[in-house]
Amino acid sequence: MGAKEANGDPGDVSFPPSEEALVNELETKVKKYQRGEGANLEVLKDKKLKGQLSVREQIYGISATAAAKAEKWLLTSSGGLLEAEGTEKTWRIKQEAIASEVDILSTKKQYDIVLPDLGPYTLDFTASGRYMAVAGRKGHLAIVDAKSMNLIKEMQVGETVRDIVFLHNELFFAAAQKKYPYIYSRDGVELHCLKEHGSVLRLQFLRNHFLLASINKFGQLRYQDTSTGQMVGNLRTGLGRTNVMEVNPFNGVVAAGHSGGTVSMWKPTSQAPLVKMLCHPGPISAMAFHPNGHLMATSGKEKKIKLWDLRKFGLLQTIPMNAKTLDFSQKGLLAAGTGSFVQVLGDLSESGSYGRYMGHSMVKGYQVGKVLFRPYEDVLCIGHSMGWSSILIPGSGEPNFDTWLANPFETVKQRREKEVHSLLDKLPPETIMLDPSKIGTVRPPRRKEKPTKQDIEAEMEEAVEAVKDTEVKNKTKGRNKPSKKAKKKKEIVEKAKRPFLEQQRKEEERLARKKQKISKEIELPAALQRFAPKKPSA
Amino acid sequence: MKVKTISRSEDEFTRERSQDLQRVFHNFDPNLRTMDKAVEYVRAVNAAKLEKIYAKPFIAAMDGHIDAISCMAKNHNCLKEIFSGSMDGVSDEFCCCFVIGVMMSSEISVSMIVIFVDIRLWDIASRRTVCRFPGHQGAVRGLAASTDGSTLVSCGTDCTVRLWNVPVATIMQSDNAVDNTLEPRAVFVGNNAFRAVDHQWNSDLFATAGARVDIWNHNRSQPVNSFEWGTDSVISVRFNPGEPDLLATSGSDRSITLYDLRMVSPARKVIMRTKVNSIAWNPMEPMNFTAANEDSNCYTYDARKLDEAKCVHKAHVSAVMDIDYSPTGREFVTGSYDRSVRIFPYSGGTSREVYHAKRMQRVFCVKFSCDASYVISGSDDFNLRLWKANASEQQGVLHPREKKKHEYHEALKNRYKNLDEVKRIVRHRHLPKPIYKATILKRQMTEAERMKEQRRKAHSAPGSIVTQPLRKRRIIKEIE
Repeated sequence: MGAKEANGDPGDVSFPPSEEALVNELETKVKKYQRGEGANLEVLKDKKLKGQLSVREQIYGISATAAAKAEKWLLTSSGGLLEAEGTEKTWRIKQEAIASEVDILSTKKQYDIVLPDLGPYTLDFTASGRYMAVAGRKGHLAIVDAKSMNLIKEMQVGETVRDIVFLHNELFFAAAQKKYPYIYSRDGVELHCLKEHGSVLRLQFLRNHFLLASINKFGQLRYQDTSTGQMVGNLRTGLGRTNVMEVNPFNGVVAAGHSGGTVSMWKPTSQAPLVKMLCHPGPISAMAFHPNGHLMATSGKEKKIKLWDLRKFGLLQTIPMNAKTLDFSQKGLLAAGTGSFVQVLGDLSESGSYGRYMGHSMVKGYQVGKVLFRPYEDVLCIGHSMGWSSILIPGSGEPNFDTWLANPFETVKQRREKEVHSLLDKLPPETIMLDPSKIGTVRPPRRKEKPTKQDIEAEMEEAVEAVKDTEVKNKTKGRNKPSKKAKKKKEIVEKAKRPFLEQQRKEEERLARKKQKISKEIELPAALQRFAPKKPSA
Repeated sequence: MKVKTISRSEDEFTRERSQDLQRVFHNFDPNLRTMDKAVEYVRAVNAAKLEKIYAKPFIAAMDGHIDAISCMAKNHNCLKEIFSGSMDGVSDEFCCCFVIGVMMSSEISVSMIVIFVDIRLWDIASRRTVCRFPGHQGAVRGLAASTDGSTLVSCGTDCTVRLWNVPVATIMQSDNAVDNTLEPRAVFVGNNAFRAVDHQWNSDLFATAGARVDIWNHNRSQPVNSFEWGTDSVISVRFNPGEPDLLATSGSDRSITLYDLRMVSPARKVIMRTKVNSIAWNPMEPMNFTAANEDSNCYTYDARKLDEAKCVHKAHVSAVMDIDYSPTGREFVTGSYDRSVRIFPYSGGTSREVYHAKRMQRVFCVKFSCDASYVISGSDDFNLRLWKANASEQQGVLHPREKKKHEYHEALKNRYKNLDEVKRIVRHRHLPKPIYKATILKRQMTEAERMKEQRRKAHSAPGSIVTQPLRKRRIIKEIE
């Protein structure tokens, strides 16, 4: 625009629409990478600090712009999508219809594994979505390479298995068995028996902290550091037996849903819950967290799914739907499974309210026990009573992976390197807190300075000034005497003064008491007693 | 119906041949990197710890002298050369007698005794003596090289000033270089013992300090100019790098004196409470100089305003013997009688770094190398020691990735430097027990003094006692 003005061309100064759109697009992208508003430097009085911080803010701006540009031009893959045409509805589209439209590689991701004797099945993915661990209730454990569909290891432990979870990479996994959880290597070798955890109902692994969190049938929540073996936390929830436990990926806080309808959130370093919120009138059956950590979905036995904003702990939306299991995808789709039916909800209008997106009916009689989106893929895996299935949900996964975070095409060497780096960056358990952006900031001064007598007086005068000029309402005839008006006004002033005077009186009393205490403590010799301040008579 | 799903073919995302580089993809989405702030903080703590792990500043000790090193001089023309002079001239005669007495039976010729030389030229890269300059009869107290590096000036307690031709670097690289001994180009004899010498920038003039300040020319056997102010002897002299005619000296009358060669008499003088052992000008801000004081502090002055020090650098626990600025002007190194070498930021109240070695004795002279990356100290234990200026710096050629990593760690440490955990790790230095104890004692003493002053003030009439800041307190008066 500047160039055009310099040329002295006043006729047409508007951008071609495409360029303007580009600028807008870049701006919205930059906002995403800025991680919040910049600091307000106007209030600073220290010029040097102001200069330093403004340079810093500039650098943040530059890096955010660079990241936005990288996203625009360097991220090659675009996400999946499903669009209805005409009178079609996306939730009426069947998997068979999708299969006929997509490429061969994607059709391979639709399958059913039928294992009727060992079900119901539960499953877990590694961070990259490359490997899948499945566990049948009757003791069938298996590790599957989800990309090539190779069975890596399969074994029978011969007792009840309630949950399975991968540790930091595909080499290790933990299974919650009848009496204790066990840690196995990929080759099926039993490495550890975690007897301290007891009979565990649900396992979760905190990848950044290397913590294995478990909740047992006495409602005890335990955290064990898998790199050192140390028991980091042993918390008694005191809210009864539950198998609903999820980790908030945004801050590492573990949330448990209880039979009383409460959701409690925990960190390993404190015995009391961080948050206890009553979400449902009846027992909570499932729970899931949005990857950005601001949204929580809970479902109750009263056949309702509720969406909660975790920034203000407020209810966003209630969806009348039954769900035995819930899961959020990387792009924010919510899958709910109940009976033999799986429903996928989405925030399609970007208005913040979730509506129907897709649905999938299994064979009658199958009982869905677990739904889990595969990371970095448009795939939803369903563990049910007759095995497990995998269906395509276009638009659910993050299309672009980061090699240094989670790489589906990881080589052995890269995996080893990554293990070392993730151990170096292992977070201490103290970093689990509701607002992780607090880390690395300075704590504000703990003690408030007491206001001096002058301050209180000034404040009182201010308050008096404020109420002095209030107009007294005209009353009915006979009650409107000037003397009464003046009295009323006086009363208002007195009322405004009262809290300050009371505060002053209290302070004086406190001081007097303190003085008395001190004088009592000093035992004067008899000859000097007469100089001691007189005690107030009772 | 429009449908598209993510589908990645293996060929696109993996390398074709095993010789290829692995393909790398980035996605900077904040949602994928949860808890990034905590991770960064942990990395900052780790970076601070790694810095401590790799903090190995000592590189080498260069031995050869047979008495304490008294002075050093940099060759501005050659990065790896340093001259050192020692005190061994003092015991020269005694040594000679001793050696003759011992060796008499084996008929050793007298010429062998010349091995007890007192000035050496070191090659820092190979840590060997490449050349010797024998001749002084007493301790060598001052060394200075001319700007072009061709001439070395030495002076000593034997009342002589000697000029030497410095051999060119290529000759010195030969294997039998150790046997190189040179004759002085000229010997100027003075009336009194000399204590220090410094060479003027880009000219033939040099100044010696002794009973008075003498200005000499390379070609004249008598001083071209002499300055005297008071009767006490002058113990150090340093030319200003920016204004070549300006020089500063310190005297045993506890004074710092400024001279201008274009004037007949000295310009200004400031008298402090304790003696100044050495002076160094800041090469980047040539109006400022720092004085190494006997009271274990260093004082930075503005030459235009001598009634108050700009900054007091407190860290040593005993007299500071020598000081030298880094060519960058951002920091300086000091050597002290408390057997330690410290590096201070030019405007910092306390030291950034402290170096000590088990066998290092009183440090008499220190120099910053001309590339600001090394520090050389000469001490009472006959050794020169070579230290890194940045204790945890990686030596040698760095891979670009290594360089990037170091920069990242540096930025992390800088960002979190005010947080307790990082600060504690970065600030910690192990000190030898005597220094540690002396530091505590010194702190107690200053605290007691402060308390006493405070109490005295509280019990006197208001305004009758005025507390001077330390920047002013140690100055007695300024004389024009």
